[in-house]
Amino acid sequence: MKRWRSPTSDHPLTSIALALIAVGVVAIFLVLPLATVFAEALRKGLDVAWAAIDEPDARAAIRLTLLTATIAVPLNAVFGISASWAIAKFDFRGKQLLTTLIDLPFSISPVVSGLIYVLIFGLQGWFGQTLRDWDVKVIFALPGIVLATMFVTFPFVARELIPLMIDQGRDEEEAATSLGASGWQTFLRVTLPNIKWGLLYGVLLCNARAMGEFGAVSVVSGHIRGLTNTMPLHVEVLYNDYQFVGAFAVASILALLAIVTLVLKSVLEWRFADEIAAVHQH
Amino acid sequence: MSATGLAAAGLSKPRWRNRSILPGFGLSLGFTVFYLSAVVLIPIAALVIRPWSIGLGGFWHVVTDHRVLAALKLSFGGSAIAALINTVTGPIVAWVLVRYRFPGRRLLDALIDLPFALPTAVAGIALSTLYSPQGWLGEPLAHLGLKLAFTQGGVIIALTFIGLPFVVRTLEPVLADLSREPEEAAATLGATRFQTMRRVVLPSIAPALVTGTTLAFARAIGEYGSVIFIAGNLPGISEIAPLLIVIKLEQFDYAGAAAIGVVMLAASFILILALNLLQNWTRPYR
Repeated sequence: MKRWRSPTSDHPLTSIALALIAVGVVAIFLVLPLATVFAEALRKGLDVAWAAIDEPDARAAIRLTLLTATIAVPLNAVFGISASWAIAKFDFRGKQLLTTLIDLPFSISPVVSGLIYVLIFGLQGWFGQTLRDWDVKVIFALPGIVLATMFVTFPFVARELIPLMIDQGRDEEEAATSLGASGWQTFLRVTLPNIKWGLLYGVLLCNARAMGEFGAVSVVSGHIRGLTNTMPLHVEVLYNDYQFVGAFAVASILALLAIVTLVLKSVLEWRFADEIAAVHQH
Repeated sequence: MSATGLAAAGLSKPRWRNRSILPGFGLSLGFTVFYLSAVVLIPIAALVIRPWSIGLGGFWHVVTDHRVLAALKLSFGGSAIAALINTVTGPIVAWVLVRYRFPGRRLLDALIDLPFALPTAVAGIALSTLYSPQGWLGEPLAHLGLKLAFTQGGVIIALTFIGLPFVVRTLEPVLADLSREPEEAAATLGATRFQTMRRVVLPSIAPALVTGTTLAFARAIGEYGSVIFIAGNLPGISEIAPLLIVIKLEQFDYAGAAAIGVVMLAASFILILALNLLQNWTRPYR
């Protein structure tokens, strides 16, 4: 006897076939590359992998990556809050254009993002000679790395907060202001509690990209071992040196960071879906 | 908008914005515009101005050099092929994630974002090892006579990897919001399930599919880290455009690098414009 099936559900065989295709695509395209990172790192045992991480150049790379993220992420978070406050709480001309411009860095190749700073601060760049006279290094030094990282992670916090704050409207802030709260009080006591999970979500994604950025940083860094190599650049140097275990060992730290980011992101989306309403917009 | 009406009636002084009782307009907009200009707009202006130091002829000479043309062709062509692959696999993955309930679905859903979260250099060395002749996938493929790593095929694999989440994540909310009534109506009117999918479901997700594909395409054109390890980087064959910028910079050919950069920037702008038009067409107001 034929079993009744809802007209909007697929034939069981179709369902199984589609589910298998989906799982297969994810397994081949996403899981296998991730598994490769850890398998290659542990190919010669945990000791060898650890030795590649606990080594001066690797440690310098980890420190530089942490330092870069520590500068770039808070700056972009402050920018994100400021931009979303201006855009969500006020009406002014050119708002649409401003929103589009904020998203701009996402559409630009990472290599081009690095290139623009070389054109300004590089030896043959706009300020190249001046900087050289003053003995200030931007390109092939920390400032360039931070600037390139700031550029590629620029929109993350803003693009989470803008739709969220537009959704939440202005009523609560207007009420607080009419009751005599100052601007900062209104922001700290009314707005911030409303946006905190969305803010955290944006900061999380911003940080993951800041620590993992390769193309833009690669252009401005100069790849000086132990000095201007961030973790992703150190991975490249080791890999091109045929030190595969070392490359994958450092890469596995970055892969772990990605996994932690995904777990936290899923938790935030699951627990606070309403409070980070912007999440479905990638 | 009634607020605009008030402004037009002259009740509010500055024409370009409407009065609000909330404080901090000047500070927040001022800081926003300053930071945006310093970090993004002025540097981009530096890029746009630079190539013209070698004149229009020089610019044309750089861009039409056969190595540069081959790289641009590979970046755009490879991105298009990768985006098309994701146009097929993306909807299947999104459909399964939205419509089916099975153990591990949440894990599968979380994994989709891996290409966003995994640093591109890590993805690059992983893919290159995976598809190398000794790799888990490269070895069986080599037996089938398929060599992907260090060829143009490798470029397409890397670009497919980074593009998948764009298509899936754009489709998921649209599929989730899709009312089932038209599907029921189609079934009542005697359509087979396949006909319903093709004539009812597909047309309603088509705009989102185009948007997702365009996003994946746009991202792939500029992609660098995940590609260069698996590409092999043979001049004129498997060299992508961003790599050529890096090579020109290493030779201190700033104007040449900027010329390729400007071409890629122009492509980004055209795609942003296309996406904005597409979204105005599909989404009433957000």
